[in-house]
Amino acid sequence: MEIHTLHEFMLHTKNITYLLMGATLVGFVCYWLFLTGRDEKIRKY
Amino acid sequence: MHDANTKNGLFTPGNIITAIILAVGAVITFIRFTQGIGAVTNLSDNNPWGIWIGFDLLCGVALAAGGYVTSASCYLFGMKRYHSAVRPAITTAFLGYFFVVVALHYDLGHPLRLPYPLVYSQGTTSLLFEVGLCVATYLTVLFVEWSPAALEWLGLRKIRNVVVKLTLMLTIFGVVLSTLHQSSLGALFLIAPGKLHPLWYSSFLPVFFFISSMVAGLSMVIFEGTLAHAGLHHKMDETHLKEAEGVVFGFGKAASFVLAGYFFIKTMDIAMDNDWAYLATGYGAWFLVEMFGFVALPSFLYALGVRERNMTLVRVASIFAVLGIVVNRFNVSLIAFNWNLPAADRYFPHWMEIGVSVFIVTLIITVYRFIATRMPVLYEHPEYKDAH
Repeated sequence: MEIHTLHEFMLHTKNITYLLMGATLVGFVCYWLFLTGRDEKIRKY
Repeated sequence: MHDANTKNGLFTPGNIITAIILAVGAVITFIRFTQGIGAVTNLSDNNPWGIWIGFDLLCGVALAAGGYVTSASCYLFGMKRYHSAVRPAITTAFLGYFFVVVALHYDLGHPLRLPYPLVYSQGTTSLLFEVGLCVATYLTVLFVEWSPAALEWLGLRKIRNVVVKLTLMLTIFGVVLSTLHQSSLGALFLIAPGKLHPLWYSSFLPVFFFISSMVAGLSMVIFEGTLAHAGLHHKMDETHLKEAEGVVFGFGKAASFVLAGYFFIKTMDIAMDNDWAYLATGYGAWFLVEMFGFVALPSFLYALGVRERNMTLVRVASIFAVLGIVVNRFNVSLIAFNWNLPAADRYFPHWMEIGVSVFIVTLIITVYRFIATRMPVLYEHPEYKDAH
């Protein structure tokens, strides 16, 4: 993709960053579940 | 019989190697302070900062972060199950910072002028001023935090009891000061966007340095614990041994999560600066080695080790994480710095520079061993059980 203006640069980089951010949010939940999957459950009731 | 034992104890292979390193280090120190910095380094106007800054200072400060990480988790977040890890971590942090200042003398060359930036000529707009101020203050804080171990050893009960009452305040100071100067060390490189390779240069360098310092601190506590268990197991009391597993898995879990976060914000940075094209170059390949070999891999190994309750795996992960911090600081300050210069003008350390760094590390280990074998660091003093 050719970039000529700051607007095009921002559009391009923000597009990718927002997609990565969405994937990261989902990925982090999965990672946390993997990390704590075998922890002993703390019952609070 | 006693004499023979003492003789055998003194002339062990470890002690002989240590003595040789210390002797060579003393000679290099003499040459540096009598014949100038040019006699022992390959530094130049193009490369004024070498491994004494890249390794001794940047790595030293990051790897000493275990002090604020451990004391914060125990005293601020109330995780008392990590209490036995606090003193070894504070001792390492105190020695780490102390020898960072010692190493800085080799670069500055005027030991008597060390307080000048604080008392004579304050450069209040300089990041180095802030780093200097923070390191000086934090070293004092660490000394006071560490002092109860020495005071218990010396039997100075009254002073010790006063100092212990300051623990919470000192911990808060420690966290604030560490947040400031760990990030400022990264911020030092913001002034050189044209010299640092785009894959490593970022306006978020202070954030990267601070977050990676947390990983360094957590990993160093695990790594140092491994070494202490191998060499000073007999000095550990029952509480320390009982809590060791919890420290390894607890810190391993935290390090895994922080490393994963670090990996993702570094990826975000590549996306925001549109640096993707650089990944296909030689520097890009090295960047990927750093990111996958020393960030993603230890993060995954930590997670796997914690899930499987595998101490060995977590300890292996800590080695990768500690190496990763060293690789990152070397990349930012040396390897990816001045990347545009022709090979002939690039910096490679003089053997005496490496000698001084080895000398400093050996001094840290020697002093740590001296302290840990005499003072209540790995065990609780019988007269102060559960009193802190």
